[in-house]
Parts: sequence; structure tokens; C-alpha cells
Amino acid sequence: MQALEKSATGIAGLDELTFGGLPAGRPSLICGGAGCGKTIFAISYLVNGAIKFDEGGVFMSFEERAADLEANVASLGYDLSDLIAKKQLAIDHVHIERSEIEESGDYDLEGLFVRLAHAIDSVGAKRVVLDTIEALFSGLTDSVVLRAEIRRLFAWLKDRGVTAIITAERGDGTLTRYGIEEYVSDCVILLDNRVTEQVTTRLLRVIKYRGSAHGTNEYPFLIDADGISVLPITSAGLGHPISDETISTGIAGLDEMLGVKGYFVGSSILISGLAGTGKSTFGASFVNAACERGKRALFFAFEESPDQIVRNMKSVGILLKRHVEAGLLAFEAARPSLYGFEMHLARMNRDIERFKPDIIVVDPISAFRGPEFEIHATLIRLADICKAKGITALFTSLSSSGDAMSASDRSVSSLMDTWLSLSDIEANGERNRVLYLLKSRGMDHSKQLREYRLTRDGVRLVDAYAGPAGVLTGTARLVQEARERNAALERQEATERRRRELARKRAATEREIADMRRSLDGEEEDLRRLIEQEEAREEVIGSERSELASIRGARP
Amino acid sequence: MITKSPKDANGAKQPTSTRENQDGEFNLRLYVAGQTPKSLTAIANLKTLCEDHLAGRYNIEVIDLLVTPQLAAGDQIVALPTLVRRLPPPLKRVIGDLSNTERVLVGLDIRPRAAGLK
Repeated sequence: MQALEKSATGIAGLDELTFGGLPAGRPSLICGGAGCGKTIFAISYLVNGAIKFDEGGVFMSFEERAADLEANVASLGYDLSDLIAKKQLAIDHVHIERSEIEESGDYDLEGLFVRLAHAIDSVGAKRVVLDTIEALFSGLTDSVVLRAEIRRLFAWLKDRGVTAIITAERGDGTLTRYGIEEYVSDCVILLDNRVTEQVTTRLLRVIKYRGSAHGTNEYPFLIDADGISVLPITSAGLGHPISDETISTGIAGLDEMLGVKGYFVGSSILISGLAGTGKSTFGASFVNAACERGKRALFFAFEESPDQIVRNMKSVGILLKRHVEAGLLAFEAARPSLYGFEMHLARMNRDIERFKPDIIVVDPISAFRGPEFEIHATLIRLADICKAKGITALFTSLSSSGDAMSASDRSVSSLMDTWLSLSDIEANGERNRVLYLLKSRGMDHSKQLREYRLTRDGVRLVDAYAGPAGVLTGTARLVQEARERNAALERQEATERRRRELARKRAATEREIADMRRSLDGEEEDLRRLIEQEEAREEVIGSERSELASIRGARP
Repeated sequence: MITKSPKDANGAKQPTSTRENQDGEFNLRLYVAGQTPKSLTAIANLKTLCEDHLAGRYNIEVIDLLVTPQLAAGDQIVALPTLVRRLPPPLKRVIGDLSNTERVLVGLDIRPRAAGLK
């Protein structure tokens, strides 16, 4: 069996959630209150058709004149007059002024058919928009004829095989003011503009889509200078591919702490900490490291302006400007209160689609104030979007007080693959920064509490002092280190002293020995001299005796 | 029989009614789509009505939009048949098969006050 043929809208996100677009060759109804973007939706459908799919379109306007319409959508970057000149688009403004018209007898709307047919033929249109056909009800009185004719018109459009969008203002308790939804039964899309806590969110819901599966939730959408983008939250289904590759954190010691030389590619990282613990610096280090390796990074800033970040990070030796200039790094800054969560999410999704980053940094997620479940839902979707695309996402979160785990942290903790906690340790009248890895899935990470410092050369992890007195930080660490140094010095000195003592003793003894030897030598000398004298005397006596003997008449 | 009401005589309208009376022109255009019963009825009704009320001072142009569809947008035609009074200004439109003569005369501004005064 052949599946329903679809006509792609070219509107980012809408084609995903309708699995291909609007039902081809059938009319679809787009309804919603005033100012919720019906006309822009319809015109986007035509412009995308002409530009992306080479399908001609007819815009039949019952409200705005062609010139007004052109001016209104010029802000979206649509150049209607160019398309008209190229015969890709025809605009017909149907204007009915009740005061100019007198009704006399039977009539039908054949004139409208003729005009539409002529416009369709003139550009070979495959797409038709009727914006807002219900305006006919205020121009003509005979609603019975009108209803019959509108029904006939939709049947006629189907016969011609054009895909049509009919827009309608939302009525009281009904989808449209005059109940024309009963004639358009194939696809109905409801647009809404909802204000919660003074923040507006645009929402889109596919109410019905005959013959096709479709996303049934309310999806936020965005209208800005790049047209419309709808954010389909397909909840990712946890089927995303994972990676064994890692990407450096940009902080030497931290890479080692993680045990795998960095964060896993495509993982979600949460850096939570108190004010002034350097969460942004950790984010910027990561960005810097990624950009230095030629990766693309997108920085969502909710607290500081891009220039401010660049300047501040320069003070810790992280030079981001060069990456921006090289086109590797882009900042998207907005106040959290600018839009609702959904809008922020839609905007971030669009920025991601456009910039195609390898990593993103969201600084900080705690800037979003609102109901916890909404923040949670928003972050889940953002994390899922990143995971599905293999983008490594780093989120920072401000912890509210000494409590290491604030409510918002708790709610997102299950989403995060790696959670780095930065905190202050207050002791001995000073604060010192320490970090530890609360968790890191799939890594044999360090369980140590490590002290770190923000230096002129970026974040530097200080070697942990883990001695008998426990882990010490800051001055306490320094004092302890000094104390140990002193003890060592003392020990050294004592040894030195003993060594000197020994040397001295040895010298004294040597001296004594020398003295004794000298006196011995002296005695020896005296004795020898004595002996010599004795011998000399003996000799003399001997010779005298022989002389005497000879004198006495010795016989020779 | 058809005269511009003198009560209306302000500076702007005066030349119009003068010219209208001089030329006696009622330039009417009837838009139809093909020879449908409704079209034929409208044409017949219009002819009768003009002969009765505007004898010698009108011309009728019947435009078949099936032949010249490009003319429909210019005169803002939505319903058919549509009778357009192109002259004298301002532009007036009457839609339908013109079976209600009274409404046509009011719509074309041919006998506005006469109807009102009765």
C-alpha cells in the first residue's frame, strides 16, 4: 500500500514532527489566535516551496494587500517581489467591502475560483495559501451560500491536486470562528501564543493528521530573522550512538583526574559550584582546548556578554578572541528572561543546527528561573539534542549556598555523565577552592579532593597535600608544608652537628696522638744521644787501655 | 427620470452629475463565467432593467471570465455574476442574478431617494 504523499514545508522541525510535511494534494488548516504567526507560517511554506523545492505557489490574501505582505515578511529575509518576477509566486489580494456591494438574487463564488485557477496556472502552482478565507463571512451576507461554496472550493483544490493551507482565526470554543474546520479534515495545526509569568512562548500542535502518524505534543517554535523553526522533541529514545573518544578538558591536571585524558565525546558535563569558583573559566578552558584542536564551539551565555567573557578570560590567560576570529567559536548571548524555556530551547536548537558545533557550553543553566519540572524538561531535551548529534555539552550551574547540591542540580544530575563539583573550603579564616568529581560515567576517575587556583595561565590544579593530617588546602597546606620543611631542616642540622662533633673529636684525638708521638720522638732523640755518648766514651776508654798496655811493654 | 439630486450639490459632485447628464452614460460591466443559467438570467434581467430605467443612457459590457480570467482580479470579482458600475463614479457592485430589481436600482444608485421617500 502506498503511504500518504507529503509536501515538505521546509520549516525546520515541522517536517520532522509530521514525518515529511503536509498531506500533498489536500488542504490543511492552520488556526490560532491573532498574532500567533499563521500568515508567516503560510508564506514560509510557499517561499520554501519556491526556493528549496522548485514548486510554484499562490498566496491568496483576504486581509493584507500584496505590498503590505511583502513588507511584513521582508524582515524574515523573504524577497517576494523577486519570486513574483521569477514566476514562482503569485499573490492575489481579494478585497471585499461590504458597503460597496449590493446583493440581488442568487450568486456563487465562481469569481474566486476563476481568480485562483488563473493564479495557479500563471505560475504552475503546486502550493496554495488562502489567508484567511473566513474574511468572506464579513464581506458577504449569505452564509449558507458561503459554506457551500467554501466546501466546493476545498473539493476543487483537491481535484486540482494542489496542497493548500487555509488559515483561520481561532473562535470561541471552536478551532475557527466560522467552523470551517469541518470542511478541512485532513490536517489541522493549531498555533498558540501562551504567556506564563510574563514570558511568551509560541507553541504548535498538530491536532489531527489523517492517514499519518505525527508528533502529538505541543512544540515550541520560533519566529525570527531566519524564519520559523519548530523544535521537535523526539525525546531521543536513548538510542544515540556513543563514542570512546575523549576531548581534553583544557586543564592538565583535570585530564589526569578523569583517568581517560578528558571528557567523552558526546557526553554531558555539569560543572556546579558556588559563586566565584570559576565555573565559567572551566567552561572557557574547555572551549579554548577544543578550538585549539580545530573543533567548533558554541558558547551560550546567559549572564555575560560575549565581549565581557572574552575580556575576563584574558585575565586568566585564556585567549578566546582568536578563535572567534578564526570562526571556530561563536557566542550566543541572551538574558534568560528574554523568552520562555521553550523559546530558549528552540533558539539554541536552531543555533546548533546552523553552527554545527562539536562542543557547546551553556553558562549557566541555573540562570533559568521557573518551575523545576520545566527546567528539567528543557535540559533533558537540550542534552538529548546534543547527544543525538554527538556534541559534547558542558553546563555550568550555580549552587545556591553552601549546600553542594541545589534543587536544580539534583534534577539534572541523572542527565549528566560527568559531574564536577567546585567548592570553597573555609578554614583558618580563609577560603580555598577545591574540586572533586562527583561522578563520571565510564571512567576510572580520581576520587580525590583537589585544590585548584585560577592563575594568570589558566586553571592550575595544585598537587594535593595528603599527609597524616588529612587533605589540607591553602594556607593550612602551606603551613603544614612549611612545618614539614622545618622539621626536615632540623633533622638535617642535627646530623650535621653530629658530623661536626665527630670531626672535632677526631681532630682532637689526632692532635693528642701527634703530641704523644712528638714527645716520644723527643725522648727517643735524647736517649739515642745518650747512647751515642756512652759508646763514644766506651771507645775512648778502650783505646786508652790498649795504649797503656803497649806502653807497659807489650810485646807486638 | 434619473436625475442627480440637487440637495447633493456640493462642489465635488457638481461636475460629475453635469457630465453624467450630458453624456448620459452609465457604463456597466457584467461579469459572468460561461453560459450558465445564472449568467443568462442576469444578462436578461440587466437588459430589461436598463431599458426600463436608463433607456439610451447606458452601455453594457459582458465579460466572460472563462475567456478572460485575468480581468477578475482587477475589479475584485469574487462572487458571480457581478455587475459593476464603472461610470459614473464611485464604483458600485451588485452581485447575484439581479432578480431583485429594487436592490439593483439601490445598488447602482439609480433611484436611491425615491425608494427612501416612499
